[in-house]
Amino acid sequence: MDNKLTSYEKVQLARSADRPGIMDYIRSLFNHFMEMHGDRLYRDDPAIVGGIAMFHEIPVTIIGHRKGKNTKENIRCNFGMASPEGYRKARRLMEQAEKFDRPVITFIDTPGAYPGIEAESNGQSNAIAENLAYMSRIKVPTIAIITGEGSSGGALAIAVSDRVWMLENAVYSILSPEGYASILWKDAKKAPEASDLMKLTAQELKEFGLIDGILPEGKKLMPAMDQMLQKELNELVKRKKNSLVAARYQKFRKIDGLYQ
Amino acid sequence: MSISDVFTEKRKNWNVLLNLRKSSSADTCECPGCHQNIETEQLRESMWICPGCHYYLPMPARDRIAALGDDNSFRELYAGVRPSNPLDFPGYEKKLADNRKKTGSYDAFVCGTIKIGNQKVSVGVLDGRFLMGSMGTAVGEKIARLTEHATKRKRPLIIFSASGGARMQEGLFSLMQMAKTAAAIERFKKSGGLFISYLTNPTTGGVSASYASLGDIILAEPDALICFAGPRVIEQTIGQTLPEGFQHAEFLLEHGMIDRIVERREMRKTVYHILMMHQ
Repeated sequence: MDNKLTSYEKVQLARSADRPGIMDYIRSLFNHFMEMHGDRLYRDDPAIVGGIAMFHEIPVTIIGHRKGKNTKENIRCNFGMASPEGYRKARRLMEQAEKFDRPVITFIDTPGAYPGIEAESNGQSNAIAENLAYMSRIKVPTIAIITGEGSSGGALAIAVSDRVWMLENAVYSILSPEGYASILWKDAKKAPEASDLMKLTAQELKEFGLIDGILPEGKKLMPAMDQMLQKELNELVKRKKNSLVAARYQKFRKIDGLYQ
Repeated sequence: MSISDVFTEKRKNWNVLLNLRKSSSADTCECPGCHQNIETEQLRESMWICPGCHYYLPMPARDRIAALGDDNSFRELYAGVRPSNPLDFPGYEKKLADNRKKTGSYDAFVCGTIKIGNQKVSVGVLDGRFLMGSMGTAVGEKIARLTEHATKRKRPLIIFSASGGARMQEGLFSLMQMAKTAAAIERFKKSGGLFISYLTNPTTGGVSASYASLGDIILAEPDALICFAGPRVIEQTIGQTLPEGFQHAEFLLEHGMIDRIVERREMRKTVYHILMMHQ
């Protein structure tokens, strides 16, 4: 893949049903994956996958959005739009990861948190906010990979991590380009123009220093991801817990676009 | 000094403070509730509650602070923090300049320290009139600084929110302010600090889904719209009209998301009592 694509072509590529999904990454890079279910409060949200697995020699916790591979799965997974129950399941599994000293690897691919009556009634804002707060202080290494669409608070809710990587054709944004266009110009059809203004491609975000690195796609993807995870984990697991948390705090604390 | 003294004293000074800013705004406002034109002066005296229909108009940040604190006790912090245009978004500088003229502030968040019944408190107010109170890098930075300041000085922290969410014109930089503010608040709370999150109309999107939902105590004004996704977005997604009162403060109270609904006239007294029980 080259980088001559327009921003909106990247958005479409990031959404493509042909891209690998979380279960593909799990199958390719991890062993003995065991999915865990439910938030212990209300229900299990299939839009978020969570579980434990071996990565080379070490146990890790894996969490990520699941869109599903066919129409039936898409509907069951709500197209990767998680509900509060999904974010609370994610937090429950992260708390366990901290207790058992396992690194947390998250895979982000969502059009956004689900905007529905039940999701709102059950505290979508609260669920996302609590995750941001908890991820900022969890005392184990955390690595987030934006594999497709990383849209809005629904993406960030599992991406406040020590390292944030993106696939070369993934996008990461405040909102979907359609939502952005409809807020700014009351016209969702202007999504292509919005995509350019939003600076949502991996290359632009790396330039801003908002992400740590970019992974190539195609045949190189899985080996590159495997290598990246090994390298980052090797480095992060050596850190003292307090300095890990302090560095993560600073990583997000120092993000500003202020007038100097 | 008893609490009732604090209140009567308050009133007099309030008008003085507000007169100072009169020149910066229009002389009358239309009430969104009953569509009557009301004199700005009269609204200020009535805490921006419509005298006719009791609709809660948005309260300018400095008026809110004046109404909450002891007389002349506000010391503003970080007033010079302002955003650049990190995305080179067309027309953003002009928008900022227009909003600065309208509100007298560099960005949508006004903060500092006040005294309430002589107790020092860190306070911040999102001004809904400045680009819909949206949170970009200046708002995020000021919230983080204020929160760290309160952590260091071991002071209670009160933040009033009124926001359309994360600021579109600063793109992913704005989204990251959700992580930054939530992280700062979390540290503050873990250090033993009391955080009162005060939600006013409307508190939505990236603000509702970050620091604003993390209060040890969450208060809200009557009928305030408080949500992650706005009603229009939900209607478009699910294709049905929403039930009456959905996502308003009373609905959130019923669903266990907030602690109390507080009438605007009871604001200072309520906060005072909460502080009294956390000394």
